[in-house]
Amino acid sequence: MHTETAQSGLFARLVDIGREQAPGGGPPETLYDRHGVLVVRVGDVVVKAHQADREYGDPFLERIRLAESLQDVVVGPLGSPLCVEGRTVTLATFGEPVDPAQDLPWEDGARLLADLHSRTVPVNAPSWGRPTRVARLVSRLADGPAETQVRNAFTTLPAWIRGEEAEPSSSAPSLIHGDWHLGQMVRTPGGHWRLIDIEDLGKGDPAWDLARPAALYSAGVLPPDDWERFLGAYRDAGGPAVPAHGDPWTTLDVPARSLAIQIAATCVISAGREDRPLDGPEQAMVDACLRISAARDAA
Amino acid sequence: MHCPKCRGVMRTYTRSGVHIEQCDSCRGVFLDYGELEALAQMESQYRAAPPPAAAPGWGAPGGAVHHHHHGGHHRPHHGSVFHMLFST
Repeated sequence: MHTETAQSGLFARLVDIGREQAPGGGPPETLYDRHGVLVVRVGDVVVKAHQADREYGDPFLERIRLAESLQDVVVGPLGSPLCVEGRTVTLATFGEPVDPAQDLPWEDGARLLADLHSRTVPVNAPSWGRPTRVARLVSRLADGPAETQVRNAFTTLPAWIRGEEAEPSSSAPSLIHGDWHLGQMVRTPGGHWRLIDIEDLGKGDPAWDLARPAALYSAGVLPPDDWERFLGAYRDAGGPAVPAHGDPWTTLDVPARSLAIQIAATCVISAGREDRPLDGPEQAMVDACLRISAARDAA
Repeated sequence: MHCPKCRGVMRTYTRSGVHIEQCDSCRGVFLDYGELEALAQMESQYRAAPPPAAAPGWGAPGGAVHHHHHGGHHRPHHGSVFHMLFST
């Protein structure tokens, strides 16, 4: 896979920037190097080179300002973004990420999201916009039986998610993270959990922040216990994304379906690129796509 | 207190926070002001709340079938499941 560490130029520049902020911060450590994003830690500072092909104009600056007003929920960039070798670079305080070898902090994640979703939406808050990743990934699928199953499931999604119609205005928008998963939360030195990555932060339908665990549970990849811990803690914290009682799938179905298709497309593309068969959980995501199409056909 | 119908002895029971007087002899029940409404409200809440749907219509049959236990109470997350849980 293409990684940026090999491009020592950018890595060295990020380390230099980190050292200015955290002199004597110890040896640099690469925290993330995938999907065109490079994140380097130097001591207590994290330096991130953002994806090159995204828009970092005024909406990004608005998101930085919004994050500054949400410091008890979100770790936002320190200061203004920099431009380094044509890339947008931001600094942030280091926080301890979730350890995948330990019991996963589903309740902490749920409470963070419920807290964010319950905040008053500032009048000038940027809009989250539409979920664009699923359409982009499905458009990149090659030909093959698994690819066809993912594409068929994609046609069950509403036209606005497929990019064919304008997005409907959300009736009761919340502030949402916009791309939540367990890699999007860290623990501060004081032991408090915070959300990171503000590129999608804005006002939108909060159900989308629950979409990834909902999709993985529905595909049989996430055990029911984990899902119930997450959903239960979210409800207990008064999160508005699902009805307080009764069927949560009235609001979660479309976001969960979209994420199941998005994750399936990611898996099929990765397996194709690495010239290997799908493993068990990846096949489970493609099987979910088959059931999505079947459920539409039965309706 | 005596039963207004048969003069038997009334005993007080508490059911779901509502006090009920019941006659030991004829088993007749006496409700104080507001108690009937309280019981009716509880019944309608009970009927109105169906069990939450466990999964959407396209959910996996039988819950999680693809995860693997590796012993111990933690499930280490690695490989494809790690990426699904921890990255975009």
